[in-house]
Amino acid sequence: MSGEVLLAAQGVAKHFGGVKALQDVSLTIRRGEVYGLIGPNGAGKTTFFNCMTGLYVADGGSFQFDGARLAAHAPEQVARCGIARTFQNIRLFGNMTALENVMIGRHVRTRAGVFGAMLQTRATRDEEAAIRQRAIELLHYVRIEERADDLAKNLSYGDQRRLEIARALATEPKLLCLDEPAAGMNATETAELRELIDGIRKDGTTILLIEHDVKLVMGLCDRVAVLDYGKLIIEDVPAVVQKDQRVIEAYLGA
Amino acid sequence: MNNWLSPRSFVGILLITAALVALPFILGMGGGQAWVRIVNFAILYVFLALGLNIVVGFAGLLDLGYIAFYAVGAYTWALLASPHFGLHFPVWVILPIGAVLACFFGVILGSPTLKLRGDYLAIVTLGFGEIVRIFLNNLNAPVNITNGPQGITLIDPVSIGGFRFSGTSEILGLTLTGPQKYYFLLVALAILVIIINLRLQHSRIGRAWQAIREDEIAAKAVGINTRNIKLLAFAMGASFGGIAGGIFSAMQGFVSPESFSLIESIMVLAMVVLGGMGHIPGVILGAVLLSVLPEALRYGVGPIQMALFGKMLIDPESLRMLVFGLALVLVMRFKPAGIWPSPERKRELTEKSGVKA
Repeated sequence: MSGEVLLAAQGVAKHFGGVKALQDVSLTIRRGEVYGLIGPNGAGKTTFFNCMTGLYVADGGSFQFDGARLAAHAPEQVARCGIARTFQNIRLFGNMTALENVMIGRHVRTRAGVFGAMLQTRATRDEEAAIRQRAIELLHYVRIEERADDLAKNLSYGDQRRLEIARALATEPKLLCLDEPAAGMNATETAELRELIDGIRKDGTTILLIEHDVKLVMGLCDRVAVLDYGKLIIEDVPAVVQKDQRVIEAYLGA
Repeated sequence: MNNWLSPRSFVGILLITAALVALPFILGMGGGQAWVRIVNFAILYVFLALGLNIVVGFAGLLDLGYIAFYAVGAYTWALLASPHFGLHFPVWVILPIGAVLACFFGVILGSPTLKLRGDYLAIVTLGFGEIVRIFLNNLNAPVNITNGPQGITLIDPVSIGGFRFSGTSEILGLTLTGPQKYYFLLVALAILVIIINLRLQHSRIGRAWQAIREDEIAAKAVGINTRNIKLLAFAMGASFGGIAGGIFSAMQGFVSPESFSLIESIMVLAMVVLGGMGHIPGVILGAVLLSVLPEALRYGVGPIQMALFGKMLIDPESLRMLVFGLALVLVMRFKPAGIWPSPERKRELTEKSGVKA
């Protein structure tokens, strides 16, 4: 199952004015694995994420995904290709219900247009029913089905994280990118999240995990990459990364 | 969606139908048609407010130049069905042309503003609305297209298969005046427009509009092509404006640029906001109230002053707008989400705490 390269980043660079946020970052994510990306605050983890998902345009380098080059600066096309993401500071559609949030995730895999909606053609109605059905299943999957009709912004913090994951899964991603999903969670919530991520991996979705919680990353990931000051310092299995001198220095300060 | 055939909703629909059918006859009983005309305009404003609601209420794009699309529709009808160019096309040719042309203008307005939001978007759309009006005012030289500030007169009324909607005629033993006939045409169209709006709101496209309103970056990240979906909102909103404009033109028999001033855009926006942004029944209520209230005050403030003070203290015309303005302020103070907000929005405003931990 694993082994084949799903995503390859080559020499990715990004700077903001004089600040070099990313320098020559190359890494590969294999199909079926959970890949951890860690590093101290400001190391460039989220910047890397944003370059990959098209929110930023990288100043150098490229991304190969599933055998094709990812288009720069086109987040909607990146999503279409099969990369879904969550945000570090949760970004839900707050004034819409949890169910509607997940239904929007189906947008990219469905096609009904204005005229279909106006005429309520059979195809449109069937598609709409399928969207709703799938959204309910996904709410079930992340275990917040009883909050389906609540506004997203009225959900508890942990449920909002789960809802964001459900919305991302609705786009049928090949690669699910989670940006600090455990941030602000207590021990119980983190354990539940870990279970959820494990389940998603078992169901066949590759996961890229940005995380601060080193314990979570080491326990969950198949391979880990460490960024420090915008540079990749190591990419290996957790056991090796944990013992690496450069990593220890980066985290504890040299 | 709901159970249409349950006895209770059946009785409700029957009562509403009866009221809608009886209304023009009750209003016309005194012999005058002024109130029927006022109601007709209220329905036109319902079209406009529902169109603008797509742009402002669903997609969250503040548009202060919406009346320009109404103008495009009105002038399309005026030019294609009047002695001005000697053209007299039938309704099923002109209305679609008007809608498509307004749609086109919607895209023209939309494309340069794709990256703008909020205040900045409002300024650009405001400018667009004024440009259209000024063009209409000045396109009488060197080639006379719009007849400038004099406007276009003797515009054909709506006629379907030889049946004209102007003038009095007898149908099934009932004498119907022009405005009464237009009333029934407008009600039929209004029902169609409302159904289309409801369907759009609960569709894949409608959800995408709302996603853009809520968080554009998240919308992009889940794969919504925000550029196309925004343009679609402008285009759809504009086409409703275009259709309303065409009927306005036919009903009045006369159009001139002064009908399409900035204050009209603001009024339509006020209808949407005051009624309950994004909530279709609320927007309809807002449109009806804001179009009928000034007229009711026109007839009301004079007699009330006479009754209270025995003489006219304040000119009824200025008092009317004063009361109207005050009413707007009070509604916004006590009902910030609009008179009839969507159930979700209402819940949110009552639940002050927001997050349920």
